Amino acid sequence: MDLAGEILISAMLVIGGAFGLVGSYGLVKLPDQMTRLHAPTKAATLGVGGIMIASLLWFGFFGERASWHEFLIVLFLFLTAPITGLMIAKTNMHLTWRPDELPYPGEDMHWATFGDSADRSLMDGDADLDNTERDLRE
Amino acid sequence: MILYALYFAFACFGIGQLFCLYRVVFAPGVGDRVLALDTMAINMIALTALFGILHDTTMYFEIMLLFAMVGFISTVAYAKFLLRGDLIE
Repeated sequence: MDLAGEILISAMLVIGGAFGLVGSYGLVKLPDQMTRLHAPTKAATLGVGGIMIASLLWFGFFGERASWHEFLIVLFLFLTAPITGLMIAKTNMHLTWRPDELPYPGEDMHWATFGDSADRSLMDGDADLDNTERDLRE
Repeated sequence: MILYALYFAFACFGIGQLFCLYRVVFAPGVGDRVLALDTMAINMIALTALFGILHDTTMYFEIMLLFAMVGFISTVAYAKFLLRGDLIE
């Protein structure tokens, strides 16, 4: 029983560590900004999940008792990683791509960061226009 | 056996932290810096968990939760600032 637990915990630790290393290495290795987004948001999150399962098993087998804390942390990380990826992708799009480089989004549609509201963003300093537009719409 | 696996995982995440640090310092764009900082927070959570296993204590769970929350909020705040030039509109 103890041996099986040791093998399981060691396997989870090694798998988690390998995924974490791959995720961080991809951040340096991959060629362009949008592909570089993939490695940390997927592989590194999975690596942390492996480490957390190993921690859960360790405290279940050899510690006082297993707890739900690890699941809480893993749940939080798995929920927030896609949101982080989305926000950084939008930032990359907004800062480095021009609107005419993007594919045609369709009739009466626009890419999220290049719409009318983005033109009136506070970066340009005309906050008054933004407010009047919002008032008119309401 | 667990000890060696633990050292292996420590080495992996430590090297990962160094990669992220390299990417923070030598980044082609500012989005990569934000991404590298977020990855550093995630790797730090894993290192804290490994430290908890090594010392056989459950004291570090709160630290991990706080790291996860603060890392996520700071990343979203950075991205929002770069997108809009302001945090609270």
